[in-house]
Amino acid sequence: MAHIDENPLGRHLPLEPLPGHSSRGRLERVLRRGEFAVTAELNPPDSANPEDVYERAAIFEGWVDGINAVDASGANCHMSSVGICALLTRMGYAPIMQIACRDKNRIAIQGDVLGAAAMGVTNIMCLTGDGVQAGDQPGAKPVFDLDCMSLLETVRIMRDNSKFLSGRKLTSPPQVFLGAAINPFAPPYDFRPYRLAKKIEAGAQFVQSQYCFDVPMFKEYMKKVRDLGLDEKCFILVGVGPMASARTANWIRNNVPGIHIPDAVIKRLEGAQDQKKEGKQLCIDIINEVKEIKGVSGVHVMAYRQEEYVAEIVHESGVLKGRTPWKREENPGDSMVAERLEHLKEGKPENQEEMAEIAAHHPH
Amino acid sequence: MADPKPGNAAPAKKAATGAYTPSGVSPNRRARRSYTIRLWAVRHSRFLEWFYSRFADMFLLLHPLWKALGYNRVETPITFVERNVKGLLFDCRMCGQCVLSSTGMSCPMNCPKQLRNGPCGGVRANGNCEVEPDMPCVWVKAWEGSRNMVRGDAIMNVQKPVNQSLRETSSWLRVTAQAAEAREAAAAAKDA
Repeated sequence: MAHIDENPLGRHLPLEPLPGHSSRGRLERVLRRGEFAVTAELNPPDSANPEDVYERAAIFEGWVDGINAVDASGANCHMSSVGICALLTRMGYAPIMQIACRDKNRIAIQGDVLGAAAMGVTNIMCLTGDGVQAGDQPGAKPVFDLDCMSLLETVRIMRDNSKFLSGRKLTSPPQVFLGAAINPFAPPYDFRPYRLAKKIEAGAQFVQSQYCFDVPMFKEYMKKVRDLGLDEKCFILVGVGPMASARTANWIRNNVPGIHIPDAVIKRLEGAQDQKKEGKQLCIDIINEVKEIKGVSGVHVMAYRQEEYVAEIVHESGVLKGRTPWKREENPGDSMVAERLEHLKEGKPENQEEMAEIAAHHPH
Repeated sequence: MADPKPGNAAPAKKAATGAYTPSGVSPNRRARRSYTIRLWAVRHSRFLEWFYSRFADMFLLLHPLWKALGYNRVETPITFVERNVKGLLFDCRMCGQCVLSSTGMSCPMNCPKQLRNGPCGGVRANGNCEVEPDMPCVWVKAWEGSRNMVRGDAIMNVQKPVNQSLRETSSWLRVTAQAAEAREAAAAAKDA
């Protein structure tokens, strides 16, 4: 029997659009069907070698529903998210393209959205981005022309109204599933659920949270979210990840604003024989705890520099319940590329005179 | 070696190597050394809301005067007054499209990321900014201020992106002109 997320004509073929869906992506299907989704974050390479991206993506194959292509996370220079998405879609992966408002103004962003959608990106995640002071180029000019909210709105307008922010028409709108980030673990705590409501109003269809180490605090947040009825309007994916050691956890707590790590977590890691293993176990325990919370639709595994553990974590926590997330599938543009490759292989000679003749008679 | 700003991993790493790391470097222009007056404005957001609504009414009453003098001609002196009054009270950055009434009288343009729709995820546990560790987060204050205000729930509205071409222009005059226009349009519709 064909898998529910497969094209009936073959697993390798791209998905057909479904009614009521804003994208053709698998992530949206999985979430809308009520299954527990798993996404992961690809550590962007500091190189111009496509192999680096393929290698890092291959680790996730068959374990996650979407790969986040980060946009210079922490304001550090890496391969761009557009570039990573171009490589990933070419290979048939399902990336979630992150766009940070830090580096690009509204002109560049809208262009990137169109380009990404044309390459076959079906999920876009709108972020504000870290301040430039956090990264390796603190002297850079912070752009922040849009903020995450107006970015969400911009992409939603492009998709639903087929228009640029300026009102100019698009001939074919980008079909994308829109995401945003939430951080329930930073003040002002009372405002955080309302901020999610604002994001949903602006266009967010799914959200991924910051690292969750404080489950009681997250439960409190989710209670408020449910009271506001937001869990029915948007899919909430909880950010989790393994900590390599108590020292790393301590360092993150003191140096990365916005990540809240309670003392109990550090103590638990310190007390362990094998801290790395304990970190992984802690991550699995947290997944098992949060997946029971009403309104949680999935997890977002951020295993920075421990990507090889994602498969283990997903497997051992059993969140997939035997489901196989995507394997690589064909990109809508692939047949054209294949045809072109055929022509190249055939070595069809190009007659310059003939081409000039054609060009002369068909001016554009 | 001066202690580099907490929260900035890269400068801390650089400082550890003994290399020169200037202290207090920030990509955003800092308006003032202390935030006393700005915080006072947030604490008195209710009063300022009341005051501004009277003030806006007065400005609208003066519409015939602005029109007689010409909005273009009064723009310069009014902008000067607006810049200095709001600069003192709110550390105004003259974006030209004031949203103070929707942000609890805490100017969002003072946020290093210039967020106009709520706090980012980097707010420190003590409620300070991730970029400027000694500055109380503009949006933590905005939330506090909005809770005191009668129309504080305007903080829930999604704000449009800043129109950069309106920078350094008077928000007061624009609001007045728009209100007058709306009033005239309403009157015209009534007559018709």
